[in-house]
Formats: sequence, C-alpha cells, structure tokens
Amino acid sequence: MTIALENEVDAAAARAAAVARPSVWKRLSQNMSVRIGGAMVLVMVLIGLAAPLLGTIDPARIDPTTRNRKPGVEVTVRNDDGTRTTRTVHMGTDSLGRDIYSRVLYGARVSLIVGISVASLSIVIGVFIGLVSGYIRWLDGIVMRIMDGLMAIPGILLAIGLVSLFRAGLGTVIFAIVVPEIPRVVRLVRSVVLSVREEPYVEAAISVGTPLPKILWRHILPNTIAPVIVQGTFICGAAILAEATLSFLGIGIPTDTPTWGNIMAEGRQFFRVHPHNILYPAIFLAITVLAVNMLGDGLRDTLDPKMSKRV
Amino acid sequence: MNASSVGEGRPVLDVRDLSIALPKGGDRPFAAEKVNFTVKRGEIVCLVGESGSGKSVIAQGVMGLLPKALPIAGGEAFLDGEDVAKASEARLRELRCVRMAMIFQEPMTALNPVMTCGDQIDEVLREHTQMGADERKRKIIQIFEQVRMPDPPRIYASYPHQLSGGQRQRVMIAMALVLEPDLLIADEPTTALDVTTQAQILQLIKDIQRDKGMGVLFITHDFGVVREIAHRVAVLRLGELVEMGPTDDILLRPKHPYSRMLISSVPSMHPAERPRATESKLVLRTENLTKIYGGGSLFSKGHSVKAADKVNIEIRQGESVGIVGESGSGKSTVARCIARLIDPTEGRVRLGEDDVALMPQRLLRRHRRRIQIVFQDPYRSLNPRRTVGDSIIEGPMNFGMERSEAWARARKLMETVRLDPDSLDRYPHQFSGGQRQRICIARALAMEPELLIADEAVSALDVSVQAQVLDLLDEIRQRLNLAMLFITHDLRVAAQVCHEVAVMEKGIVVEYGPVADVFLRPQHPYTKSLLAAAPGRDWEFGKFEAA
Repeated sequence: MTIALENEVDAAAARAAAVARPSVWKRLSQNMSVRIGGAMVLVMVLIGLAAPLLGTIDPARIDPTTRNRKPGVEVTVRNDDGTRTTRTVHMGTDSLGRDIYSRVLYGARVSLIVGISVASLSIVIGVFIGLVSGYIRWLDGIVMRIMDGLMAIPGILLAIGLVSLFRAGLGTVIFAIVVPEIPRVVRLVRSVVLSVREEPYVEAAISVGTPLPKILWRHILPNTIAPVIVQGTFICGAAILAEATLSFLGIGIPTDTPTWGNIMAEGRQFFRVHPHNILYPAIFLAITVLAVNMLGDGLRDTLDPKMSKRV
Repeated sequence: MNASSVGEGRPVLDVRDLSIALPKGGDRPFAAEKVNFTVKRGEIVCLVGESGSGKSVIAQGVMGLLPKALPIAGGEAFLDGEDVAKASEARLRELRCVRMAMIFQEPMTALNPVMTCGDQIDEVLREHTQMGADERKRKIIQIFEQVRMPDPPRIYASYPHQLSGGQRQRVMIAMALVLEPDLLIADEPTTALDVTTQAQILQLIKDIQRDKGMGVLFITHDFGVVREIAHRVAVLRLGELVEMGPTDDILLRPKHPYSRMLISSVPSMHPAERPRATESKLVLRTENLTKIYGGGSLFSKGHSVKAADKVNIEIRQGESVGIVGESGSGKSTVARCIARLIDPTEGRVRLGEDDVALMPQRLLRRHRRRIQIVFQDPYRSLNPRRTVGDSIIEGPMNFGMERSEAWARARKLMETVRLDPDSLDRYPHQFSGGQRQRICIARALAMEPELLIADEAVSALDVSVQAQVLDLLDEIRQRLNLAMLFITHDLRVAAQVCHEVAVMEKGIVVEYGPVADVFLRPQHPYTKSLLAAAPGRDWEFGKFEAA
C-alpha cells in the first residue's frame, strides 16, 4: 500500500519534503571552522593526555644549577645517584631551574580539565534552572532576579571572592568560574523555552494529558541542545582564560601544580630578560582558546543557522 | 489617460516563455516553466494557483526581486516594450515605482517600523523626482486621500505599528501608486486581512485601477477574490500556466481538468442541508464563559481585555457547531478555554456531568482525554524530532495503554485518515501540509474524545487539500458520532460543515443559531456586514456549464 496522496499539488509538496537533507554529521564534517578548530582541540587533548610520553621530566623538579636557560640550550644535570645526563631544554628553564617545556605540556591538563568541567557543569545546572524558570511562570520572576544579580557582578571579581572564601585548589577554581557562567546558560535556555512552549505541538501534548516532566524532557529540552552546545564551547574558551587569569593573579591553582597561568605569573618578574617564560605558555593558551572558539563558531553555523546570520 | 478602455492597445506587461529555475535537488527543475501571459492597460489579471505553483515567483521575476538561488532561465518579460527579464539592476531600480510597483501580503513587514509612513513615501519621491519638500508633502497627503485614508496628515506622521492592518495596506498601496506606474503587481495583498477590510481594499484597488487605467497583475489563491476583481484569470499548476481566459469563461467553463478540480473545491456559501439530531446527548455546554486578559503586573495597572464575554454554546453528539468571526473576535479564546489550554476567568464548561472550567490541573488530567483539538498550523503541530507514530501513541500511553496496543491503534487510525500505516516511523518533515493535518486528526482521535475542536484546522491548507480534509472530518464525525467545534474565519467552510453557527464580535456572541438561519436570514448587523464582505458570495463555484 502506498501513501494515499490527496492530489498532485500536495504530492509535489510531499516529494519536496522527502528530499533528503544531509545529516548533521555530514554538514559538520564539511564545515572548515569545525574541522580546523576540532583538530586543534584534539591535538591539545592528546598533548595533555600523553604529556609523560613526550620527553618531559617532572614539571615540579627544581634544579638551582640550571636556572634561566634560553630555549634550545643543552643542560647537564646531576642526578641523585651521581650520574650526569645531558638534555636539550626546548623552551628554556625558569628562575628555579624547572623545565618550561614539561611545565607547559602538563599545564595543558589543568586548562582542559577546567575548560571542559566548567562548560559541562554550567550547562547541566543552567539547563535545569532555565527549563524550570522558563516553564513554571511563578518561579520565573524570582529565579531571573537572582540570575540578574549574579550577572551584575563582574565574573572574575566574583570568582576572586569565591576563591578567597575557600581553600585554593582545582575544585574551588572550577566552582568559582561555574557560578558566574550559569546565568548566561539560564538566560539562553529560558529564551528557547519561552518560544517553544507556545508551539502547538507542546499544547497538543498538554491536551493529550502528558505530565509536565515528560513535556519538558521530550518536547522542550531537545530544542535547547543545539544552542547550548554552541554556548558550551564559548564557555569552555572563557573558562580556560579565566583559570589562567586566576592563576596569574596567584589565587587559582596552587603553584606546585603547573598551569599556564602559574607559569606566566612566575615568569613575570624576569619578562624583560627571559621572555620565554611567558611566551610559550601564552602561545599554547592563545591557540587553545582560538581553537575552541573556532569550533564553537563552526558548530553555531551548522547547528543554528538563524543565529549565524544575525551575528 | 484613457480610463474606459479595458484591454485596448499594446499590453503593459507581456510575458513570453518565462522560465525561472529552482535550485538543484528540488522536486522539479523549474519554479515557473515557459509561462506566457499579457496584462493590458486598464485590466486586472489574476494569477491563481495553490502554494508552490510559482505565482509569487513570477511576480518577483517581473520586478527583478528574485533571490539569487532562483535565476531566470529563459524567456522575456516586456514592460511597455522593454525586456525587464534582462534589465540591469540599475535600470530595474529606475523602473520600480515609476513604471511598475508592487504591494505585498504582509504590510507590517513590508513597511519600515522606525520610519513614519509619510517619510517612507517621501523617500520614493526624493529618489525618483525633482520635487521640493513642500510639493512632495502635498503630493503624499493627496495620495493618502486617494486611497481613502481618514485624516491624511495624521497618517503622514504615524509609524506603521500605530495603524490597523487595513490602513497599513493602504499606505503600501499609496506608496506603490504615488508615481502612477503603468503596472501594479499585488501579491496576495488581502490574504492577511479580515474579510470586511479585504472587501474595502479590493474595492479600492478596483477603483484606482479604473481611474488611472493601470494594468494590475493580481496574485491570489482565493477564487472568491478572483470573482470580485479579475478581468482575466491565469491558472497555474506546479509552475506551468494551464489555462488562461476571461474570468467568466474560466469560472463557468474551465477546460483543463486541474482548473475544474480547483474551482469545484471552493466551498459554497450556501449552507448545506444537514439532518439534525436534536434529541441526541448534550456533550458540551458553556455557561457564561468569560476570559479576561491582562489586568496589569506587579508594578503597573494595565488595561484588561474581555476576549470572551458570557459565551453560551451547546454541542450535541454527532453535531458540529461553528464559531466564526474576524481576528480578535475571541473565537480561538473560547476554543482554548474549553480545551483548558488557558484558564477561563469565569463561567462553566459542562462536559457531560462535570464542570471543567475551573477544575485544578491535577483533577483535570482525567478529563483531558475527552476534548481534543486540531490546530491551524500543520507545520508546527507535530514535534519535528519525534516520529509521527510516537506523536500519535503519546496520548494513549499517558493513560496507561501498552505500547504495542497503542501502536496497533495508531496503525488503524492512519487508515482512517487515509495514510499509509507503514509510514508511522517517519518524521513530520517527510509529509506535506495536508498529510500532517491528517496525522494531527489521527492523534486527536487516538484519545477517543467526545468533542473534537478544529481551531482553524483547514485555514493553512490549499483549497483542494482543504476540501479533502473537510470531507474527512465530516466523515469521521458521522462514523464516530462525534461532537465537533469548528473555529474558522472562513464563512464558506462554516456553511459547509456546521449544523449551528455562532458569530462572534469583540468577545460577544452576536448571533447564534442553525446555519441556514444565520447565513440566509441574518439578524445582527455585524453578521450582515460579514456576509456582505465575503468575496464572491453570490457565485456558486463548481457549477460548470457545458463547454
């Protein structure tokens, strides 16, 4: 049995509707920003994961005899058992004789962990609050005023305040960056919910007796996914920068863990004489944030074409 | 200019073998294929066709307004002997407004919201003439008078949002006519307007056209409008012009089977004979149903609007009741209050023995099943991310039915609405508008409701598809002995499917009774004006003479 078509005009409409659109994955893989940005992010993740295998030494190891070496110089190190090894310091050493190459590579771990966990945490919390706030009218006013309050405080200032309340550490830094990011996700999700809740298919679901949690999960949440993924990449980029800023200011991750912000903070005093202390972590930081943002732009263009035209 | 001679002399617009390409991967290679027609001086030619027939694309092609994706693939369009299909962009700019002008369907979006109406027309004059500022203003006031605007100086200084839909369309017409073009292209100019406003605008276009002796190319899907305005008609089907001739010839003696089908699909204004079942069970009764919108927020005391005021209607099993009215009359509000998509302010909605009007949500859920609603927009009534099967079984499964059983019911319902049961696992975008509306009906029927509300359910459909969906609804009503509430702005639809009809104006039911009484012997002045404004009301479509 074939589909009974009303008439030829409607049949033509049905044929036009049946013309297959390339799948999301195909469109994503054809987008240049997604390709380049994604590849660079992937390389950074691999560097972070494989840091011990890439010819690094213990990034915290202090050696007073090899302080402030220029990049590419050969240094000879006396080991604990008396033997001597000679190696090239690709990115020089800092004022305590630590190997910057090793520190930068290990530092990628912290940056990526912070970026990814801030993005996922703020999305999970933000989507939940946004859904509830957008759908339940009487809660909306209260929740949104709290969010407005949070947004009124500069993000980095709020983070500094939060860090100073708790013990410095990775968890505290993530928490401090997540809090100011949540309102942005909430606003985005809420705006999507407000427009989707008026769609006739949501009203149809109400009139067939679908309970509220199922309406939110089945009919409303899927519409928020594309814009939230896009927003997530931008949050990730911003979080990496924020972590570096906090660490640079000396209130982020403790100095025994290398992070790009830490390395730059410590290299600051000797910047004029030994610029490599700051240069290399800065290059990695810039490339990573650029890659994440490129990926985000590409995702936005493919997943959310209306938004890309507006920007 | 000679005002009386209709169709004399050289044509204003002569379109020869015009083809407009569609992008690759479409369902057909051309949006319009080898189209030939002429518009003579002092003549109104209607291009009529269903959606996707290419009628708007042809108009855009003549105006040089085609998007890049739809290039002209061949043929000529002579405007006063000059081929505009091959004209440069600069030349087209000189021609637009001066020799040819266009008015659009939606006057709100066609006008710039941050400029006053006077300034927008002033811009046209500054661009194309050497008039001084005072002269231009005089000219604009004068043209506003010509399009019969009340208080032209006020309109001159008004922004588009301060005007009504009809006034905005008059501003568009004034702008199009200010330089007295030879050709006016009107692309569905009255589709977005209410029927009484539509009648005024049609009359205006007709009068101005006659006074100035312009040629008018009028695009519409509505045969009532064709009947009112056209001298000649061209019928388009999927980009091809199937038939062209004088209006009476096409309406009375169409030769092409497609034209015959299209014209006979137009519902008649004459109410159909329907056997009544007055002794059958009362399904729904509203008592003084009232809905008041607004009332201000925490900080401001906003004004409130009575969208529905003491509405009393009754619907019996197996009968259909229509609510007709113009936009803003509150007809949809009543439907949504009954379906409890919004909460009524006062009154009762008696569903059998129960009053659902002010029932709290948790008690209401049990009764949701009993009233189902089919919405206007078939493209937005189905969740695009769920298969149509999932959409249909959602309701029954909410009330505890097993998935396999619900699926079996969905398959049966697909046959009821004449769709292939095997297409249940497809997504909505793989169906046409008419098919989607059938799926929505199936979803509503899956709940085995006592009352089915059709809220403008056929308004977005093309006339031939509309006729079939109306037939389907009527058949379902009879077979399942359903009570039906039909919300529509289209008097023709109401005349054909309803036993009783309620006419609403500004939230109040002004007339309520058997459809034959209301249509043939209207009592209330508003009903009379509504009936008088319906385009082509005196014409019985589909009663063809032998060719």
